[in-house]
Amino acid sequence: MSYIRPHFRHPEQPVNDLGYTRRHYEGSLSTLCAGCGHDSVSAAIIQACFELSLPPHKIAKLSGIGCSSKTPTYFLGKSHGFNSVHGRMPSVATGANLANREMIYIGISGDGDTASIGLGQFAHVIRRGLNMLYLVANNGCYGLTKGQDSATADRGSVSRKGVPNPFEAIDLCTMALQTGASFVARGFSGDKAQLEPLIKAALCHKGFAFIDVISPCVTFNNTSRSSMGYEFVRDHIDATGKMDFVPLRQEISANYEPGSSQEITLHDGSVIHLYKKNGALHQHDRNQAIRNLQTHREQEQILTGLLYLDPDHCEFHDTLGTVKQPLRDLGEGDLCPGSRALEAINASLR
Amino acid sequence: MNTRAKQVRDKVVPDTEKRKSAGAVNDFVIRFANVNGTGSASANNLFAKAVFRMGIPVSPKNIFPSNIQGLPTWFEVRVSEKGYLGRRGGVDMLVAVNPQSQQQDLESLESGGYFFYDSTKPLSPALQRPDINYIGVPLTRICLDEYSDPRQRQLFRNVIYIGALAALLAIEFDVLKVLVGEQFKGKEKLIAPNMHALELGFQYTREHFDCPLAIRVERRDLVGDRILLEGNDALALGAIYGGATVAAWYPITPSTSVVDAFDKYARRLRIDPGSGDRKYAIAQAEDELAAIGIAIGAAWNGARAFTATSGPGVSLMSEFIGLAYFAEVPVVLFDIQRSGPSTGMPTRTQQSDIFAAAYASHGDTRHVLLFPSTPRECFDMAALSFDLADRLQTPIIVLSDLDLGMNDNLSAPLAWDDGRVYDRGKVFNQVQLEAMTERYGRYLDVDGDGICYRTYPGTHAEKGAYFTRGTSRDEYAIYTEDGDAYVRNMDRLLLKWETARTLVPAPELRDCGHKTSAGVIFFGSSAAACDEALELLADENLHLNSLRLRSFPFSDEVPAFIGRHEKVFVVEQNRDGQMRKLLIAECEIDPRQLLSVRHYNGMPITARNICRQIRQELGGAKVTRIDRKAVSKGYSERT
Ligand SMILES: Cc1ncc(C[n+]2csc(CCOP(=O)(O)OP(=O)(O)O)c2C)c(N)n1
Ligand code: SF4
Ligand SMILES: [Mg+2]
Repeated sequence: MSYIRPHFRHPEQPVNDLGYTRRHYEGSLSTLCAGCGHDSVSAAIIQACFELSLPPHKIAKLSGIGCSSKTPTYFLGKSHGFNSVHGRMPSVATGANLANREMIYIGISGDGDTASIGLGQFAHVIRRGLNMLYLVANNGCYGLTKGQDSATADRGSVSRKGVPNPFEAIDLCTMALQTGASFVARGFSGDKAQLEPLIKAALCHKGFAFIDVISPCVTFNNTSRSSMGYEFVRDHIDATGKMDFVPLRQEISANYEPGSSQEITLHDGSVIHLYKKNGALHQHDRNQAIRNLQTHREQEQILTGLLYLDPDHCEFHDTLGTVKQPLRDLGEGDLCPGSRALEAINASLR
Repeated sequence: MNTRAKQVRDKVVPDTEKRKSAGAVNDFVIRFANVNGTGSASANNLFAKAVFRMGIPVSPKNIFPSNIQGLPTWFEVRVSEKGYLGRRGGVDMLVAVNPQSQQQDLESLESGGYFFYDSTKPLSPALQRPDINYIGVPLTRICLDEYSDPRQRQLFRNVIYIGALAALLAIEFDVLKVLVGEQFKGKEKLIAPNMHALELGFQYTREHFDCPLAIRVERRDLVGDRILLEGNDALALGAIYGGATVAAWYPITPSTSVVDAFDKYARRLRIDPGSGDRKYAIAQAEDELAAIGIAIGAAWNGARAFTATSGPGVSLMSEFIGLAYFAEVPVVLFDIQRSGPSTGMPTRTQQSDIFAAAYASHGDTRHVLLFPSTPRECFDMAALSFDLADRLQTPIIVLSDLDLGMNDNLSAPLAWDDGRVYDRGKVFNQVQLEAMTERYGRYLDVDGDGICYRTYPGTHAEKGAYFTRGTSRDEYAIYTEDGDAYVRNMDRLLLKWETARTLVPAPELRDCGHKTSAGVIFFGSSAAACDEALELLADENLHLNSLRLRSFPFSDEVPAFIGRHEKVFVVEQNRDGQMRKLLIAECEIDPRQLLSVRHYNGMPITARNICRQIRQELGGAKVTRIDRKAVSKGYSERT
């Protein structure tokens, strides 16, 4: 069951550039387990969209099946949403985007939804360079079907069932890098200071933006020996650096120390400031980004933050050469060649 | 005729005159037996087009292997002054230029028929049949003498036999000349060598044989304004005219050419003149699941979208088709059927996806099906399918097949009414939403026809947003596991099904003009053979009324037609009589009333076969409801 939230409003809630409060970006009350990481992901999306002053109705939310895929009901209640079939969100998002290139597409998936049944669609939506934010709420298990190991669970990781996972894990960030994603990041649902700017940057990125968010399942996969439980992640996390995201509409404030930070401008003029830890991040070098992930993994560390960015990547519509206008807005005048053209075709077939 | 020619001929055919010659003027079947990938297709098409240009109805059919190069491939052309366009069965002239299949080809020849072969090497004695005529033209030798490039030798060999046939069958040489000119428009260099090759064959044959033969063509004016077009091209044009902007697909024979043709025509007809940008998008997906997912996503977001596939693809798409049915997303699917199950005979035709399409997906589902019979109908139904999908907010499946889709079919010209506007169905726009005072309910049946109002994403800042899902929901699209809400929704979908029944194309009924208790029901690509069979049976004083199904759900005329007859034959190209069973189930018909006429060897059904099965039943002879003969005899089946 989803519930409509009770209606009361604090008179002094802050409003964004559109005059909306944060409340305007919320959805129905969550029905997930108390403490589920996925709810923090929803909260971060709400905050990011609010802060960016995105008109909610210009966003479409798409998902597959799973606890994670249920979350679009719990944020952006003024946006259209599509909870599709298991593992197939990427294709539905592709079609939606082809129909109307002017909207913002947020795809929410789980690690089961993406790394198992939907692995093919995941790889191919990346190859297409679809302009969207693809966010996986990654808990290393199948929450909705009661905690089976997923393909992102680390080998040897132990869920509540107590049996160590015997299979190698798929690292979705590595795969996203290998298949050509132009924005790759990893966050942790328990670290909203990092997650929110990552989501904001991803939403402003033109092209395919992938965020793998470690989002613990408190019910089935939060044991001390599971590599995606809160405790484990807090102990083993290593952020690539602190990140500050300045959307186009805000004045760029120079509150960073030159020399220790790097500035990246996105296609819409928004700016990302990265406060580098040790000056060796190479977020423009795909191979180095893959190696960074590998190195941290070997050290049993989970590397988070913005891992790779190519702000000039071409998106699917550019590749296809479609008109600037949304295809779905074209009417008979644009689409139907008329009877004279058909006469000519008939003549050529005689 | 010179002496050498006489010798060539006499060697093989000692006594031609005694053989009964098959066929007649403008009424014969010619089959070309070629090797796949040797460039025979364009030469063979030249032949069919020439007959067509002489005003005589033709029906060419490709019988090709699942192979790119090397295996036998056939091209069969029926020439019929009476306008019969189905396969007749049997062959009157065989252009047996593929040594691999000569033995098999020989068997398909009617008694008195003509065996045309390359006489460069003497014909094997195993290929002798006393009841047929042999025509040997030394194609290879002519090529060796004439051309030094091996590629040219192969290509022009095909053109040379077309020249020879022009002489034998009295095809007007001027017509060929014009066609060659058209074929090589833009590559004018190639015109002269092709004409030369035609002449080589023509001259040789005229010098060495009594031309023309008893079977031949004669100019008529029987084609009128009709066109020659593949069903798949017509579907693609229908999609263009019907306003499709998103096509998503995964390659599979025999549906690939639908999207190829959509691409071809869209590049001509859908380019923005100012910017050169495309007013359409084609996505070649990673598989059929993604293909239909893309189409559904696009349609959900307000574009007209389609996918094209064949049986294996339909199997993969099932889950998504169920989603589109339950979540009420309009989407168009062109299923170009081939022989199943599994990979079956991938390059052979069948009408065997009826069940798979009608009830695609788990749970209680039913889908609107359209059954085009001609390219013109492919065009009309493709365009209509987008209106129906939008109106009914459900998947529309157009069931074509390889025979209709991949062969040039003689068809009424395509027509479009410039005053036509697309029916985008029930969609609330910004103004309507703004004026709305009550709460918007995506699944509220406001009009009582089972169809609710949808909104496109992004329409209104405050109103009209809803959540689309494959899970149960209430009238306001809110997730619920309440059994009553679920039942209300499922019952409304049934009501919508009843509305669909009134909107889909009506069946085509034909009264035979005689008192009869027998009827026949057919659909799709079986129509041409059925029309012919009905005429042939009428000549034998067996009269049947007919009904051609054009859609599912069946309109009330269908059970009414069955009710008016004691026996109704259901003609279809599958093993299990799927359409018959669908009629029994959906119209609650007594099974004994519906007799099955089936054919399923992968070749298009023939009029002879239909006649035989109906005659057996009506003539009181032993009832053979399954055409076992047709199965076991494979492609050379002569019924
Ligand atoms: C075709 C299909 N197979 C299986 C299922 C059952 N199923 C529902 S959710 C799920 C796993 C979800 O895991 P994940 O994507 O990681 O989401 P989580 O619940 O962990 O957030 C499965 C297997 C289904 N809905 N559809
Ligand atoms: S089962 Fe796990 S993933 Fe699902 S809602 Fe509960 S905590 Fe979250
Ligand atoms: Mg999971």
